[in-house]
Amino acid sequence: MILEKLSNAMGVAGNEDAVREIILDAVRAHVDEVTVDSMGNVITLKARASSRRAARRNPPARVMIAAHMDEVGLMVTGHTGEGGLKFCSVGGIDDRVLPGLRVQLGKDRVPGVIGLKAIHVTKGDEDTRVTPRESLIIDVGATSKGEAEGIAPLGTYGTFAAEYRRLGQLASGKAFDDRAGCSVLVDLLQKPAYPFDLYGVFTVQEEVGLRGAGIAAHRIDPTCAFILEGTIADDLPKKKDESATTRLGKGPALSVLDRSVIADRKLVDHLVATAEKRGIPYQFKQPGIGGTDAGAIHLVREGVPCAPVSVPCRYIHSPVAVLDLRDYRNTVRLVEASLRDLTPDTLTP
Amino acid sequence: MLNTEELIQTLTNAVGLSGYEAPIHELVKSLFKPLADEVHVSKVGSVLAWKRGSVQPKDGRPNRRLMLSAHLDEIGLIVSGVEKGFLRVSRVGGTDARHMLGQRVLVHPQGAGNPSALSPVPGVIGSRPPHVLPPTQREKVVGFVDLYVDVGLPARTVERRFQVGDLVSFDVRTAKLKGDRMSGKAMDNRVSVVTELVCLDELQRLKHDWDVVAVATVGEETTFLGARTSAYALRPDAAVAIDVTFASQHDYATHIELGKGPVIAVGPNYHPKLTQRLIDTCKKLEMDYQIEPGIGGGTDAWPIQVSQEGVPVVEIGVPLRYMHSTVETVHVKDVERIGRLMAHFAAGLDDKVFE
Repeated sequence: MILEKLSNAMGVAGNEDAVREIILDAVRAHVDEVTVDSMGNVITLKARASSRRAARRNPPARVMIAAHMDEVGLMVTGHTGEGGLKFCSVGGIDDRVLPGLRVQLGKDRVPGVIGLKAIHVTKGDEDTRVTPRESLIIDVGATSKGEAEGIAPLGTYGTFAAEYRRLGQLASGKAFDDRAGCSVLVDLLQKPAYPFDLYGVFTVQEEVGLRGAGIAAHRIDPTCAFILEGTIADDLPKKKDESATTRLGKGPALSVLDRSVIADRKLVDHLVATAEKRGIPYQFKQPGIGGTDAGAIHLVREGVPCAPVSVPCRYIHSPVAVLDLRDYRNTVRLVEASLRDLTPDTLTP
Repeated sequence: MLNTEELIQTLTNAVGLSGYEAPIHELVKSLFKPLADEVHVSKVGSVLAWKRGSVQPKDGRPNRRLMLSAHLDEIGLIVSGVEKGFLRVSRVGGTDARHMLGQRVLVHPQGAGNPSALSPVPGVIGSRPPHVLPPTQREKVVGFVDLYVDVGLPARTVERRFQVGDLVSFDVRTAKLKGDRMSGKAMDNRVSVVTELVCLDELQRLKHDWDVVAVATVGEETTFLGARTSAYALRPDAAVAIDVTFASQHDYATHIELGKGPVIAVGPNYHPKLTQRLIDTCKKLEMDYQIEPGIGGGTDAWPIQVSQEGVPVVEIGVPLRYMHSTVETVHVKDVERIGRLMAHFAAGLDDKVFE
């Protein structure tokens, strides 16, 4: 499992290079073809097991499994006269988590901090109102506009400075959305061949509107696709009776419908049947929340049946996302078993 | 020469919340020991380091005495409840709710005989995903009553291992920024303890008539316990309180700047003659300084001023950005300059200082 390495790497949408290098190193020896396309998607082919029996039993199929490499982050958009960096978010960052954060900028990971005026000098409701991002700056220690420009030019990418670590039975770090999915996919590619051609795809720019997955799917023209994600778990105690979306420790989360796709029911049923047969815990993600690369993939060419499978993560899009490693392992188990059990019947509409 | 950066690093990374400063006593004592004639811990936990005057007065009277006061404690959180496997928390000192989401913390179980008491447990303060929140809630700072610390353990284990009163500190390691700036937690007010160390170090090479007693005081963020009791015990002839002060930053305008030198406070809390001496000392050292007018009240200087029959006190501020956050930022040179200023100020004190 290379989740720790992947979580610590910097790879904001549009700047996934460091993550791509780690993934290429991890999978190259285990796949038959590797392509990096024009946007930077990594497309790997793990050719079907070549036994004649397997060939007879299975129709020629191309199964795509996608996980996105990019994470939400920041980008420098300006410099103040005092040497502060103005910034925008790349993907959905919650303004509430920004104050008090350590960030890292650019290839050299220059440290910066985001602070607020002291609570002692706030006025009125300033201490209870979330400060909008436009009013924040990143302080890297520069004292002039020119110095700040030299340290972090316009367009410099930044992420949370947050190291992966174990937390009781759980793991905590940044970018589990979707390095958890990437890590699961790497694990799947490192296993023996499957009874069909498996395309393991590590996509770019999911967080800014599912931009990479579509062109990758177009190139592959897959029979069906599974999308691996780190998804929302909202299972803190609550005063009102509200859904938790997903819960940690309850197994991989299967999507039926979210804001981007209606999952293919046959694939969902197959995942459920496999989980039941193998005694693997699973849960359904509450319908209607979030979206994944499936939103782009299912629309490609004549259409691609899709099913997202997710590792539940608390506090996603923050420096301290948390997942349960048992859910991670059960996601690998469930997807591997489901792939090995795929039948022609599952694959034909 | 002392390595100021390393001292700031060591002291800010250490954990000692208000009322619970004991875990850093050994560290602070060990830092003061090589620079002082005597180091001891007071009844309430302040650390006092004595540097005796260069000559003893012939008539047997004790030396006059200068007290330096920099508080040792830091703000943080305390467990106020255990709920469904998560910890609820309240503030210790003026911890700012606006900085809480996304923080990494260490939970320090308390209690005599508690086997977990010695090893802190890592946790995080998570936020509900914005995706599921109504817009009105996304614009409101999550208050302490709605915050949870997640230690990643099953509910049963959490109930067994944690209890109300356990302490929570912020798990941040101090980082070096560009231009000699350092950023981390508890700069307020460990950097002022560093100024005391720099001062005592400088005094090794200076002749001084007065005894200088550097005190790392406890409980400033809550009740000024350490300054109050140490001033009472020491009955100093004069005192310097050192604490951080607000420097100009993107969202707060003031003439006080990081890196522009010691901030000398003027106002009713501070003795005018001693304050003038501080200014004159800066001039003599050709050291930049900044003047901050104000009524005082938020620091050790007030309880010291009104101790016993009263103590003439001055205050030196360390310019700091983002106070009471985990990214408090200071300029290393300011810390060094203040230490040097205090040493020369102390060395200049004689019998005629108040005439």
